[in-house]
Amino acid sequence: MADLVTPAERRRLYTLLSPAYLWLMVAVFLPLSAMLFFSFLTDMPQDAPDWGVTLGNYAEFLSNPTYGTLMAKSLKLAVTVTLFCILIGYPCALVLAKSIKGRAREALFLMVILPFWSNSLVRIFSWAIVLRGNGVLERAINWVLPFDVRLNLMFTTDAVVIGLVHSYLPYVILTSYLALQAVDDDLIDAARSMGASKLTILRRILLPLSLPGLLAGAVLVFVPVVGSFMEPRILGGRMGTYYGTVIEDQFVAVYNWPLGAALSFILLAVVIVILAAASPVLKRAQT
Amino acid sequence: MKSAFLLSLSAAALAASGALADEIRVLNWQGYGTDLDWSLKAFEEATGNTVVHEYFNSEQEMLTKLRTNPGAYDVVLVNAIYNPQATEEGLLAPVDTSALENYAGIPAEFAQSDLVTEGGEVYGVPWTWGVTSFAVNTQVFDPAPGTLEVLWDPAHAGRVSIRDDAVEAMQIGALATGQGINDIQDLDAVQAKLEALMPQVRTFWGSENDWNQFMAAGEFDVATYWSGSAARSAAMGLPVEFVVPKEGAIGWLDSLAIPATSEHKEAAAQFIDWMIDPEFYVKWDAEGAPASANAEAAAALDETAFNRRVLGDPEVAARVQFQTPVDDGTRQKYLEIWQALKAAQ
Repeated sequence: MADLVTPAERRRLYTLLSPAYLWLMVAVFLPLSAMLFFSFLTDMPQDAPDWGVTLGNYAEFLSNPTYGTLMAKSLKLAVTVTLFCILIGYPCALVLAKSIKGRAREALFLMVILPFWSNSLVRIFSWAIVLRGNGVLERAINWVLPFDVRLNLMFTTDAVVIGLVHSYLPYVILTSYLALQAVDDDLIDAARSMGASKLTILRRILLPLSLPGLLAGAVLVFVPVVGSFMEPRILGGRMGTYYGTVIEDQFVAVYNWPLGAALSFILLAVVIVILAAASPVLKRAQT
Repeated sequence: MKSAFLLSLSAAALAASGALADEIRVLNWQGYGTDLDWSLKAFEEATGNTVVHEYFNSEQEMLTKLRTNPGAYDVVLVNAIYNPQATEEGLLAPVDTSALENYAGIPAEFAQSDLVTEGGEVYGVPWTWGVTSFAVNTQVFDPAPGTLEVLWDPAHAGRVSIRDDAVEAMQIGALATGQGINDIQDLDAVQAKLEALMPQVRTFWGSENDWNQFMAAGEFDVATYWSGSAARSAAMGLPVEFVVPKEGAIGWLDSLAIPATSEHKEAAAQFIDWMIDPEFYVKWDAEGAPASANAEAAAALDETAFNRRVLGDPEVAARVQFQTPVDDGTRQKYLEIWQALKAAQ
């Protein structure tokens, strides 16, 4: 295809692509390379004049079992959150794409997107108000139910999952919605006319055809949740120590930037390996 | 002729006052005593010197700022456990204590501490001190308990908090296991003690603001805290009482120092003298202050004031173990233990 591009077209291509790539270069690639460089240092150059180059920060991950435990804990959290996002998000996208039309759809969409417009910290603190003991949720339930209910959700793993699902749900809904909307209604009508049940239509037509969208959404949720630190810290209490919070500690509390950087790149490597392992499934879904 | 004489006289006066009126730059935590508006205004009226502030968010940041901005600061707040390191790196200038009128009020155990002196020279003027221990919700406890074991009491399970800080947690563990905080011999005992504490913990707190919010929301019965902060919380109306238990408490000392590269050392010394003045301290204490390192200032407080009633009690003071510098290796070791404890939850 590249051979077919004429010089004039190529010029146009460069002009259109260069702003984006220039921006990525300056805002992503350069800081990331600086971080990669830091991850191989013994000390930050401005703090210790006798800094040197080392692999020790990466060896630290292997020698200290704490980091492995936390990595497993974070991966488990990410899987849980992703599953909940799919379970809640996909049916919602299905209804939005296939059952509801016009104004009602717009209004429902707005409610899906709304969390995106508010600051993530504000979202988490509102959850803290809702979940805490004698908070909004408990009071509401006790007002409706005759017996006394103590949820005690705040500072538990459940609270972290609730907060994260709320934050990342829109990704799954939006990507699934786009994939589902592209499914031709005639296909569904044809299946129905041949006697397919609703479940069969979902299983044989809708799900396979919208799988790329659903998986894209799942990846968009999974990757940031593995490294999340704000929600666990605020909502998780003593249960809220994850891989992401330990990285954050290295940067803001302990000032061990080299170790923090090394831990971040190990996380990046693990995520890439997982996505690569899943890529056969992803590819099959695309065809 | 006469007018020319007057003119030169006034010019000389102007020059003299210009030489006296310096702008000094102070490096400190935000909202920590040196930047009170009423005090700075009075200081400017008394000496002609104006004060500008810059803030740091951690001791490491303070050291980095001193290293990388020579000449930028005239007075810096240094926690005494960082004085030896800063002095050794040549970041601080010796202070001429004969120029400080209020220096005599500082008792020898502070003024001649190894932490703030080096080779007979004073590199830090002891300013404030305080205690890290715990505070209780007075609506739950009456009277306040006298032992650290209350943090491990099953009756308060899920209503306890400690700060998310490796060194502080390990030192609390050392006190609970009857060890010296600066030389923990049996790390395993401390680790086991903290492991037993974990199920009691509701959440970790990070800042004074965190602590106040959790306490106001009724999340905590008992939580580790700092004495100065407890005084502020109580002044805000929270039902809080600070306890120095029979097992002892962690003591810290903050000093005011003059950077070696300061260009206004004389004015800086005037400001430090102002800061250790009993008159200033009494007013500051009314707003919630840590304990003054100046004994005369502490004595000038009202008898009911926390900093005189509790910390001024020699019996209480005897229970306080003062922190000494923690070297990087030990710090790293503590951090590993603390992170493993948290990760196991």
